[in-house]
Amino acid sequence: MRKISVSAAIREGMREEMLRDENVVMIGEDLGTLGSPFAITKGFLEEFGTNRVIETPIAENGFTGMAVGAAMRGVRPVVELMYNDFISVALDPVMNQAAKLRYMTGGQIHIPMVLRAPMGAGRRNAGQHSQCLEALFMSIPGLKVVCPSSAADAKGLIKSAIRDDDPVIFLEHKLLYAQRDEVPEEEYTIPLGKAEIKRQGSDVVILTWSRQVYFALDAAAQLEKDGIDVEVIDLRTLVPLDWETIEASVIKTNRVVVLEEGVKRSGVGAELSAQITEELFDELDAPVCRVAGLNVCSPFSPPLEDAVFPQVGTIVQAVKSLLNR
Amino acid sequence: MKQPYPMEQLLNLYEMMVRVRRFEEKAAEYFTKGMLAGNIHLCIGQEATVVGANAALEDRDFITCTHRGHGQCLAKGAKADKAMAELFGKATGYCGGKGGSMHIVDVNRGILGANGIVGAGIPIATGSALTSKIRGTDEVTLCFFGDGASNSGAFHEAINMAAAWQLPIAYLCENNQYGVSVNIKSVTNTDTIAVRAKAYDIPGVTVDGNDVLAVYEATKEAVDRARSGKGPSLVECMTYRHMGHYLGDNSFYRPKEYMEEATQKDAIANFRRYLLQQGAEEKTLTAIEEAMAEEILQACKFAEDSPYPDVSTVTKDMYAVENERCVSR
Repeated sequence: MRKISVSAAIREGMREEMLRDENVVMIGEDLGTLGSPFAITKGFLEEFGTNRVIETPIAENGFTGMAVGAAMRGVRPVVELMYNDFISVALDPVMNQAAKLRYMTGGQIHIPMVLRAPMGAGRRNAGQHSQCLEALFMSIPGLKVVCPSSAADAKGLIKSAIRDDDPVIFLEHKLLYAQRDEVPEEEYTIPLGKAEIKRQGSDVVILTWSRQVYFALDAAAQLEKDGIDVEVIDLRTLVPLDWETIEASVIKTNRVVVLEEGVKRSGVGAELSAQITEELFDELDAPVCRVAGLNVCSPFSPPLEDAVFPQVGTIVQAVKSLLNR
Repeated sequence: MKQPYPMEQLLNLYEMMVRVRRFEEKAAEYFTKGMLAGNIHLCIGQEATVVGANAALEDRDFITCTHRGHGQCLAKGAKADKAMAELFGKATGYCGGKGGSMHIVDVNRGILGANGIVGAGIPIATGSALTSKIRGTDEVTLCFFGDGASNSGAFHEAINMAAAWQLPIAYLCENNQYGVSVNIKSVTNTDTIAVRAKAYDIPGVTVDGNDVLAVYEATKEAVDRARSGKGPSLVECMTYRHMGHYLGDNSFYRPKEYMEEATQKDAIANFRRYLLQQGAEEKTLTAIEEAMAEEILQACKFAEDSPYPDVSTVTKDMYAVENERCVSR
């Protein structure tokens, strides 16, 4: 099968949806001539014109709010925030408008909007360009949250996100953009709310998503040498959550690590740990273990930044201590 | 000077202004009796602005409203009974009781919604205008906002884009001079809000917001301009908020001159006198007033008699599908 990069896969998925449905439009900064800072919309302006590739001024609150207004009229806007950190200046249209309008209008309005944003540390971009904010978005009812880890998933999920009638937050890890994976040539979608078991195992399950999937797989390979059989589940979407897959794995492995790059306090791991403990307590042989980013701001200096988010060694250590090894 | 409008059109404007005021007066009455929950923001005193502005629109046009939005919605054609039922939190309200006073929406009548976040409706309205532009259709969007919202970043961001892309929108500022308790003069350096239009190189005009015909004419010009592809305009209507920011706010922060002016310039009383001068018969006006009083009375009865929403609907409408799964986890 051919291999293409994550960024090319997202581009391909969005282009297919733009060809399929003329209501799909792109809105964001530098989407035109530059084709977005990570080259995701390269060529779109030439192919689809200024009515469908709307290159905005630096006004995140304004253009995200505009996307909400357009969505109310039946447009399916795909908004790009240059970095997910910039949600700080565009949170009102997402949190108070897009997420709530269906409910507040008694179902009269739907907001079929996708908000795409690069996230994540590792590029030495310091504190305002390196966060993983899945937990923030998850805490807002009305949003869906998608975090793909591979090119094939990114393509299949962006297509589903665009077709979805609810606002979807689509978080792309910056350090995955260049990664090349096998992607089918033919049309396909991947449903929101479906996890993927990346590695079968019986001793412990690592629940993770986005770039940390690869850290988990590396850790699992190391642990295998010590005779520890690790299951790795890529959740792919955090809302809706694939509880069935999580539940089956917890029943099988009885030990759970939730691995995330974002900060530990009030993180996704805290939520998953609570759900698993509340509902599957009898299945657990040990407390749910969270491996997550430190509760600090992302530093610039490379050795400092590398100490902030989980590394393979941290994960190996956490799994071993969970198994008393 | 002979006025250029047929009497029927003038009477329609009068009827709508009376409808809005009766609605607000009844809402105040029920709120005071403790029968409405939450807060209500009444537009008594601002009827000429909301009615004159909406009169400039076609049915296919769109509006976004403010937290002080009952009148804006009624004047665009929202039904008083469903609006009142929403204030009561009843299942028969526009939003099934999930929105309340600040969030009346009637998509079928182009009412894209009132907003509880001051200024947030401005980008939303601009997105509606963008939609008409990218589809090549000729609906105009009218964006209501107050003097308070004119100081928000959303105002600048949205109008800048509308001007850059010549979007079919009219921005209508209801300047009642107070953002809650703060006088607009104490937080801005310009004499008017309309002068800010210069910053975006679009037309900006300030009119007497208590003169329904002046509001109509200024808005009509802005709407026609937008519809013909010439882009956005800013219309500022100087008006008065007779009541507090919300019902129960005694407005001690306003000088007594403000209320004296407000009473003296009351849009409905003055327009009534004007209609009589123009040859309308007293009994015609009385009949309109009685009909509106009756319509609002019936709306209140409908709202009172309607059931509250079933508690089982509390999780409904958060998501399009997969509701249960997204809500339970």
